[in-house]
Amino acid sequence: MILSCREATRLASQGLDRPLSFGERVRLRVHLAVCAGCTNFSRQAELLRRAVQHLAS
Amino acid sequence: MDEFRARVESERAYLLRYASLQLRDRHAAEDAVQETLLAALAGEASFVGRSSLRTWLTGILKHKIVDTIRRTARDATVVPGEPDLEEFDGLFDKRGHWQEPPSDWGNPDKTFDDKQFLAALKACLEQLPTKTAEAFMMREHLGHETADICKVLAITPTHCWVLLYRARMALRACLEETWSRPWTRKK
Repeated sequence: MILSCREATRLASQGLDRPLSFGERVRLRVHLAVCAGCTNFSRQAELLRRAVQHLAS
Repeated sequence: MDEFRARVESERAYLLRYASLQLRDRHAAEDAVQETLLAALAGEASFVGRSSLRTWLTGILKHKIVDTIRRTARDATVVPGEPDLEEFDGLFDKRGHWQEPPSDWGNPDKTFDDKQFLAALKACLEQLPTKTAEAFMMREHLGHETADICKVLAITPTHCWVLLYRARMALRACLEETWSRPWTRKK
């Protein structure tokens, strides 16, 4: 099953909050391999996580 | 004793900045800080000086912040329904592909040194709906697991993941629009 970008971003986001199942990880990785937009989304979400730590200082 | 009091008091401004990141209501943030300072003074004996005073105070403050969020969540009369994902329809086309794909934000370490990025991020956080912002900051700033966040906000795990997804989507779209990348700025 091929994920749409809508589904891929949702999974990428959930991957930061819960362990994804094996199937979910595979589907997400296959999608990211061919989709620059979702790859960037995924990096942006991780960057946000780290950036928030810099806010109070 | 008085020296300890003065050192604790000197962290007030920092603690208030910290609390204000999570609590929008200025009074609620001030109350949380005040309770923290009182607890710290009462518990001086438990400060062993192994961690820095700031770290120790921040640890107390984190609990006060979560207590405050829990109280307001319980008092809230409106129970939000399960959010639906149709709200992102504008971002994706009919086949679920990006209308405007996210761009490359470059090297994170350089990004964190960019004052304009952090200022834009703060402004974007303020635009999030309260509950969305609370969930996001509890997760990313305080580092709570989803299960804790659900309990504090009195929502289901699915709802929690949707809130976090929604926060990330909104923040990145907002930053995409408002943060002018260093590499596009005029020297």
